[in-house]
Amino acid sequence: MNVSIVIVSHSPKIAEGTADMVRQMVGEAVPVAWTGGDPGGGLGTDVAKIIAAIDSVWSPAGVAVLVDLGGAETNAEMAVEMLDKEKRDRVAVCSAPIVEGAVIAATEASGGSSIDTVRRVAEELYG
Amino acid sequence: MDQPTKEKLVKALAASVIEHAEELTELDQAIGDGDHGLNLKRGFEAVLADLPGLTAKPLPDLFKTLGMTMVMKVGGASGPLVGTFFMDLGKALPEDPARADLVAATGKALTAVMARGKSEPGQKTLLDVLAPVQAALEAGADGPAVKAAAFAAADKTVPMLAIRGRASFLGERSIGHMDPGARSSSLMIAAAVDALGV
Repeated sequence: MNVSIVIVSHSPKIAEGTADMVRQMVGEAVPVAWTGGDPGGGLGTDVAKIIAAIDSVWSPAGVAVLVDLGGAETNAEMAVEMLDKEKRDRVAVCSAPIVEGAVIAATEASGGSSIDTVRRVAEELYG
Repeated sequence: MDQPTKEKLVKALAASVIEHAEELTELDQAIGDGDHGLNLKRGFEAVLADLPGLTAKPLPDLFKTLGMTMVMKVGGASGPLVGTFFMDLGKALPEDPARADLVAATGKALTAVMARGKSEPGQKTLLDVLAPVQAALEAGADGPAVKAAAFAAADKTVPMLAIRGRASFLGERSIGHMDPGARSSSLMIAAAVDALGV
């Protein structure tokens, strides 16, 4: 089973559009979920929705999470800590640009790479 | 701590942010993404939604629940940061803390916020209020002195260059504005001092 991808943007439109680009690259080989928007419906991120997105595409191989700006990263890390212990260690919040990172992470994942490799390849984008 | 005091404390913390939501948002519009006041207001409104249930809890659980509510409802980076402070404060506090217990617990909460934000004092964040206030507490400051330390520390963020958070994108243009997180932290600290009458 391949690593899955979760996309977390302040903007639901960016998150959804990024997920579309991922699917165009890898089809159904890599499960992808997206979430965006704060609990009040504005721009921002929502810890509960991030947890739900991770659960919705859960893979025993792991989940790579791609985020945009600071709050998305902080909220994603918070969400990961709130997962069950056995899941927590298999989720990687990647320090990578959201669109390029998601596409390259998914491409790497579609070849069956481990979560550590998927993360490394995505993070190499930031050099 | 008795229930009326807990209620007074939670209401004061919430009011300090809700009544200054516009000011906090304006500070955040200058150097951030302009949602700080609104986000914290939403979080504290959720906290107030079950005030009787919340204040019926022992003090450690009260703070853990308050912190978790902020984490889940705020939506910006301030949710996990402020939420982590209260959650770790709750974890470290005994049910009926003496002053020394409180100072030890706020110290642990400060460390947790630094880890959560991967930051340290001097980067124009809420830590630039929390850390000096912690130092004042450890030096034995009384309530008025703690408040004064909080407000003075928030003022000192004005000339700072932002190194963490959205304001860091602005580089030198972040200089000359008070950090919104430092301001909201100072307001909450002052509200807590007033509510506890220390």
